[in-house]
Amino acid sequence: MNGELPNLTLVLPEIFLAVSAMLLLLFGVFQGEKSAERVSNLSVMVLIATAVLMLNSFGGERDVTFNGMFITDAFAVFVKMMVLAASAIALLISGKFLRDHKIARFEFPVLVLLATLGMFVMISANNLMSLYIGLELQSLSLYVLASMNRDRTRSSEAGLKYFVLGALSSGMLLYGVSMIYGFAGTTDFDLLQKTLRGAEGPHIGIVVGMVFLMVGLAFKVSAVPFHMWTPDVYEGSPTPVTAFFAAAPKVAALALMVRVLVGAFPGLIAEWQQVIIFISVASMLVGAFIALVQTNIKRLMAYSSIGHVGFALVGLATGTQAGIEALLIYIAIYITMTLGTFAAILTMRRGEGYVENIDDLAGLSTNNLPMAVAIAIFMFSLAGIPMLAGFWGKWYVFLEAVNVGLWPLALIGLITSVVSAYYYLRIIKIMFFDDAAEVFDGNHGRGVSLVVGVTAIVNSPVSYFLLIAPLVTAAHWAASSLLF
Amino acid sequence: MFDLTDFPILTILMILPLLGAAVILMIKHQDDAIKNTNIRRVALLTTMATFVLSLLLWIGFDNSTADFQFVESYAWVGQDIKYYVGIDGISLLFVLLTTFLMPIVILSSWESIDKRVAEYMVAFLVLETLMIGVFSALDIFLFYVYFEGGLIPMFLLIGVWGGLRRVYASFKFFLYTLLGSVLMLVAVLYMYIETGTTEIPALMEHNFDPGVQTWLWLAFFASFAVKMPMWPVHTWLPDAHVQAPTGGSVILAGVLLKMGGYGFLRFSLPMFPDASIVFADMVLALSIIAIIYTSFVALVQTDIKKLIAYSSVAHMGFVTIGIFVFNTNGIEGAIFTMLSHGIVSAALFLCVGVVYDRMHTREIARYGGLVSNMKLYAVTFVILSLASIGLPGTGGFIGEVLVLVGAYQYSSWVAFGASFGVILGAAYMLYLVRRIVFGELDKDDVKAMTDLNLREKIIFAPLVAMTLWMGIYPNSFLEPMRTSVANLISSDFSSISEQAKAQPKADAGGH
Repeated sequence: MNGELPNLTLVLPEIFLAVSAMLLLLFGVFQGEKSAERVSNLSVMVLIATAVLMLNSFGGERDVTFNGMFITDAFAVFVKMMVLAASAIALLISGKFLRDHKIARFEFPVLVLLATLGMFVMISANNLMSLYIGLELQSLSLYVLASMNRDRTRSSEAGLKYFVLGALSSGMLLYGVSMIYGFAGTTDFDLLQKTLRGAEGPHIGIVVGMVFLMVGLAFKVSAVPFHMWTPDVYEGSPTPVTAFFAAAPKVAALALMVRVLVGAFPGLIAEWQQVIIFISVASMLVGAFIALVQTNIKRLMAYSSIGHVGFALVGLATGTQAGIEALLIYIAIYITMTLGTFAAILTMRRGEGYVENIDDLAGLSTNNLPMAVAIAIFMFSLAGIPMLAGFWGKWYVFLEAVNVGLWPLALIGLITSVVSAYYYLRIIKIMFFDDAAEVFDGNHGRGVSLVVGVTAIVNSPVSYFLLIAPLVTAAHWAASSLLF
Repeated sequence: MFDLTDFPILTILMILPLLGAAVILMIKHQDDAIKNTNIRRVALLTTMATFVLSLLLWIGFDNSTADFQFVESYAWVGQDIKYYVGIDGISLLFVLLTTFLMPIVILSSWESIDKRVAEYMVAFLVLETLMIGVFSALDIFLFYVYFEGGLIPMFLLIGVWGGLRRVYASFKFFLYTLLGSVLMLVAVLYMYIETGTTEIPALMEHNFDPGVQTWLWLAFFASFAVKMPMWPVHTWLPDAHVQAPTGGSVILAGVLLKMGGYGFLRFSLPMFPDASIVFADMVLALSIIAIIYTSFVALVQTDIKKLIAYSSVAHMGFVTIGIFVFNTNGIEGAIFTMLSHGIVSAALFLCVGVVYDRMHTREIARYGGLVSNMKLYAVTFVILSLASIGLPGTGGFIGEVLVLVGAYQYSSWVAFGASFGVILGAAYMLYLVRRIVFGELDKDDVKAMTDLNLREKIIFAPLVAMTLWMGIYPNSFLEPMRTSVANLISSDFSSISEQAKAQPKADAGGH
């Protein structure tokens, strides 16, 4: 092992992504500011190439490299595919917006690529150290992205807020890691799993360390009570960046949470299950009730995403393979709903620029019926009305919750979904019942239209055949690769 | 008769309206008037074709068996959940009621809806598919999908084409019903996990533990009681009715309210018989309160639609009484009341629509003396009001008598309480008739109103005919349901119906 080169074929997608990001950075530097669009297009191609490379090289068998620091398995492949799709879509819908705000710099796609790389490392982390490296690479890229629009106070504020609170959470996470290392003597997930499965109860220090670790991760997925940053950052960041925040990093952080809790601490399930149940219920409640009074659609989506993380965590709270499967299905559906909604928000554009208030959607159904129908599909889907994609996510999550006897969780979840239905309906009401406001200029770029169209079809009542049926198979394949 | 065993008639019934909706979306023309006329024609043709096709169900239906007929079953979600449809004697007539009312609804909206015609018709056609689905689903998951999916078109119908307070009414409608049905969803999840199947016939066979039954029954009750609606969760109905466009009120009163009663008969009674018996007294008490209370409330209404809406709640009280006395007369009476109420209250809302289209007000005090200048209208209105009161010779009478006989077999006190509904029903309906149809014709704008036009005559003729048919020869409608109802009672409530048999058997059907 000493001096030997680790097996690099397993990290080929990551290496490709890193090298491409740096090459694109060089390319941008030499070409100057005007290369932004080209770099962005090339980045999308890099993401697609990474997906092809990844699917070609792995059949989903479990394999570790770098002395067990890095793991590839079906779970990693599945989640990485979601991250790639989310990043590519975020890049697709960003071009026009960035150009309009004169922030179309080549650094933007490069930062997205680097953040994606960070997420890849997080997803494949099999050691608390690689976990931290991935998390920081991702977070640092995201801090910069949040403050992309640096001439606007809101954007700088978002970046700063995200950075300060993110640093705090990283600190807590590191403190937890150090306690775990101190009491267990290892940071390797496989070893932790073996030693903690012993007959005698775990040392209290490990439990405390694990809770700190969970606090850090809960911050990243913006679960209540560590969600305070989310509405401000979502509102202040440029809209395509918000779309990116709401999708890819959430997926990666949820996957990481699953990896840590199921991969390293299955022996402590009694301890972490109660924590997850609490933050899940709290997230569902906050996501439903606080969103009721929002007037800015980006803030509304921030609370909506908090609520959806709560629903997804119900799957983790069950602690079973079917529960993880349901969580994976849920977040995959959540990505399509949320990216579609943000793409639709990017069409809210008038002569004077982009608008963000819910009331600006007034009477959209008379101005632009297809767009109003698409947004209505997203809203009903987010509310979880049957046959739309969002319903299936809730169905699988709560099915497993009831199966393991956590039916109160299902009950609370469904009742909060009725509460949240109110604000989704309010958007539909504004679009369909109210008198028409000024027309949107429709000059939002082809990428946005494409994303809205595709995600709306995927979420529509035919979603079962297009999205859910293949997703269930894939999620089953992915979840079965975790050690139970 | 016809051999329909392999013909997927129910699926075609559900696909036809969707096809019509697709065609409507493709209609384009520079001239809006031509475009809208074409849209209305396509909608009418589609609903007519669906109705004619649904008559095949009635013709091909075998009255002698309680099994599900016209069954289709295909694998759908995973191994357990199926696309599984079929009808028995209980659901057959509800499917027919739906397809019968739809062409009438389209016709009634012919002139009153002139903005966003295409969207209006599409919403109704989609709603028709979902309503047929609710009554023919034999998979509990499929039932839930149809049951809740119907909220979306109705929400839009009230919200876009409704009256002044339409937003409030549409939200109240949606959220009330959604809250009820998510509780049902938890119960559905539990039942699926407990039994490993979502097929309704299999779930009917399964004996749930009595303790568990209590909770499942309450969860289903939350959903169906809201939908029914039962007192005290009925408050969404007057708002929804008043604000909905005429067509929406017709479908709401005619079909959507029947889903609650259908749900009790399809799920609560056969699947949770022990819990049903435990809770029967509570349901009966709530129903009697509903009948008396809402009748008094109806008496003081100043808005015609609101009055009829409250009368619907009172009639639904009869239905729940009929269902929860667990004997043949009661349950047959409940189904019959639902059917006749579906026709009569739908027709009454159409009557309101007729005068509303001319005067644009629903204030009772603004009318009076219509008998002098709208003779045909007055005749129709009086016939339908009498049917609502339950005059012999109309459908309303048969249903009420059967329910009262059934109630008497169960407990004379229940029959005593329910009888108030008959008296009070006569009071508020006759009072309404006196104020609108009779009295002095002294208001100038009322004098200017014209009698029914041809389109309106075509709308009311089948409704009045049906009301009289149901009243004069009810066996046409009681025959198909007889075996299914008997089977329901003998398999789950034989002990209670034996107790009823000890009393002299009252033969109330078909006079």
